[in-house]
Amino acid sequence: MSTIEMTSDMGVIGADPMLPSWYAVERVRRENHDTFTLELCACDGETAFGFQPGQFNMLYVHGVGEIPISISGDSERQDIVTHTTRAVGTVTRAMWQLKRGDTIGLRGPFGTVWPVEEARGRDVVIVAGGIGLAPLRPVLYSILHHRESYGNVVLLYGARTPDDRLFVDEILTPAVESRIQVDETVDRAVTGWGGKIGVVTSLIPRAGFDADEALAMVCGPEVMMRFTIEALQRRGMDADQIYVSMERNMKCAVGFCGHCQYGPTFICKDGPVFRFDKIEHLFGIREL
Amino acid sequence: MSISESNTNMNVIDRDGLDRLFEVLVSEGYLLIGPRVRDASVVYDEISSTRDMPVGLKDEQEPGRYRLHERGDGAVFGYVVGPHSWKRELFPPVQKLYQVQRNGGKPDMEAPAADVQKRALIGVRGCELAAMAIQDKVFVDGPFVDEQYKRRRENLFIVAVHCNEPAATCFCGSMGTGPAARSGFDLAMTEVIGGGIHEFIVETGTELGATMLDAVPHRESTEDDRVRRAMINETARQGMTRAMRTDDVHRLLTRNYESPRWEEVSERCLSCANCTMVCPTCFCSTVEDVTDLSGDHAERWRKWDSCFTSDFSYLVGGSVRPSISSQYRQWLTHKLATWQDQFGVIGCVGCGRCISWCPVGIDLTEEVAAIRESEHPAKRYV
Ligand SMILES: Cc1cc2nc3c(=O)[nH]c(=O)nc-3n(C[C@H](O)[C@H](O)[C@H](O)COP(=O)(O)OP(=O)(O)OC[C@H]3O[C@@H](n4cnc5c(N)ncnc54)[C@H](O)[C@@H]3O)c2cc1C
Ligand code: SF4
Ligand code: SF4
Repeated sequence: MSTIEMTSDMGVIGADPMLPSWYAVERVRRENHDTFTLELCACDGETAFGFQPGQFNMLYVHGVGEIPISISGDSERQDIVTHTTRAVGTVTRAMWQLKRGDTIGLRGPFGTVWPVEEARGRDVVIVAGGIGLAPLRPVLYSILHHRESYGNVVLLYGARTPDDRLFVDEILTPAVESRIQVDETVDRAVTGWGGKIGVVTSLIPRAGFDADEALAMVCGPEVMMRFTIEALQRRGMDADQIYVSMERNMKCAVGFCGHCQYGPTFICKDGPVFRFDKIEHLFGIREL
Repeated sequence: MSISESNTNMNVIDRDGLDRLFEVLVSEGYLLIGPRVRDASVVYDEISSTRDMPVGLKDEQEPGRYRLHERGDGAVFGYVVGPHSWKRELFPPVQKLYQVQRNGGKPDMEAPAADVQKRALIGVRGCELAAMAIQDKVFVDGPFVDEQYKRRRENLFIVAVHCNEPAATCFCGSMGTGPAARSGFDLAMTEVIGGGIHEFIVETGTELGATMLDAVPHRESTEDDRVRRAMINETARQGMTRAMRTDDVHRLLTRNYESPRWEEVSERCLSCANCTMVCPTCFCSTVEDVTDLSGDHAERWRKWDSCFTSDFSYLVGGSVRPSISSQYRQWLTHKLATWQDQFGVIGCVGCGRCISWCPVGIDLTEEVAAIRESEHPAKRYV
């Protein structure tokens, strides 16, 4: 028909963006009582997987369903794809059962990225709540690889309990060793916890960064992000210095299913990472 | 713009010529999809000749109401649009995405073969052509392409019909999409009936259309035919009673997220999702996974979905839009405002289906007017 171009080649169907590729579970790591990390390798053993910090994949568990999960690994490694997931429902619990050698369907990477490049030469504030540290871990890997390219780097992390803290060996400890100021807090302490108790926003007023030029990257539950942004703005940061990662129900990740709409945006293609000034006008609207 | 200036290439076929055209299309391998009556309404399905069509019927439509009546003449296209839209031919209500067989190693995945069936759509209205162009933006214009949709779309032959008698629910005039078809057809017809005449004045939109028409007995149009056609179209245009103002609707709705009108409409809305199912532009879908008893064979299906369910916006722990007011707000604001941000066009073509098929007769044109009214127009729009 006239409104779309006829293709000369009518026999072959193009790459279907809804079809997954197969990956094998290389390694399973239990991070805490409900969170686990899967390291995946392409089943054909050859495909290199490139992505940028902030992007996500759609992971399909045989017969159960497909969900969006951020990539939590190091973007300089293309041989494995790493995802850290909290088991909360049908698909994530089925993923929790996967063992080394099991296969999983993967589509991606999708979505926008954290401003790792723009942040070079500036101070960086990373604020994570709970599983929100997973989508930010690739940023921390990048900074650790190129520590000299960044000014003061602050990681503020709030977990539910000390046992819930993610990536202690991979990130929290090496970060301190690389002059990253790591400040943590927990909602509930257990005996032996000598650290802070309270909400992550309480760490912002005293964090060591230059609010005039720093960039902030924030990921966690929506309320946590709201209070974090307020606290950052009280420090003098502008909306265009703050980046957040948004979450909405998502069925396709390619802009077809309509589920992930957030005002005029599709979280899957315009997000998940947004510079806050782009969505500030939507942020306070109830049930949007 | 009136249609009279749009095309010089115009021919006339008679009542038998229409069936002859269908035969030509069938012999070229086309499956004919056209209007026919089912459950007391005009739906779109396979047809083989005009005998299958709602000949001599007219629809009466009002908010929450749809009835078919005898017209008292033999008009083939004497009704407007019913609960079906052509989107079901391109974006089927239920569609298999793929199936997977587990067998130890890498699973075997099979996607349905490309749908290469050629389809001829008979009697496509102006608003419906506009709706198809809108869905093209969603499924074909990227960044990702729905290949099945694209393939089906490329294999269409479109016989458009200019509407002669709009229903009371139609407001295509104010949406710039009808009552005459403007573009995107292979052939477009004006049905002329009365005074002993029953003919179709046919415009040609594409080479392919011209080729098909060539195989049907026809005569060249006369000045008389062209005047008659322009008059029929003008009568249709003037017969339209409903309208919606759209120039301000983007700003209007996006600054009225907190309007009390959403609560008010939610007291009537049943969140039945009818409006989204009948709408020719609504494109939301969900997926369903099924397995056989062994669990080794799995299938993944895509199905139409609606923003009028709380599952639609479910996130672990609860729905983002649990209330009907936020669901209705999402629907209307998307359709009329944020759709423009996303696709550069408004998401409504003015077909009126959502008005007729709403069980409680909610009328979006009225809702928009009420929101505008609530802002005290005298103060804001001078
Ligand atoms: C861009 C993006 C990145 C994400 N990254 C991570 C991550 O790195 N780690 C992690 O643990 N979680 C992440 N999530 C959340 C994760 O997708 C949900 O926890 C997951 O979909 C829940 O699925 P379920 O079937 O286990 O839960 P159920 O409660 O059974 O949910 C049923 C269905 O609702 C939908 N759904 C429910 N919650 C969400 C949600 N939050 N987002 C999207 N769809 C949802 C899914 O289709 C799900 O299958 C991310 C979400 C998005 C949108
Ligand atoms: S919103 Fe209503 S009037 Fe507009 S295109 Fe959809 S069904 Fe037709
Ligand atoms: S507006 Fe009408 S058709 Fe739409 S969901 Fe509400 S009751 Fe159903």
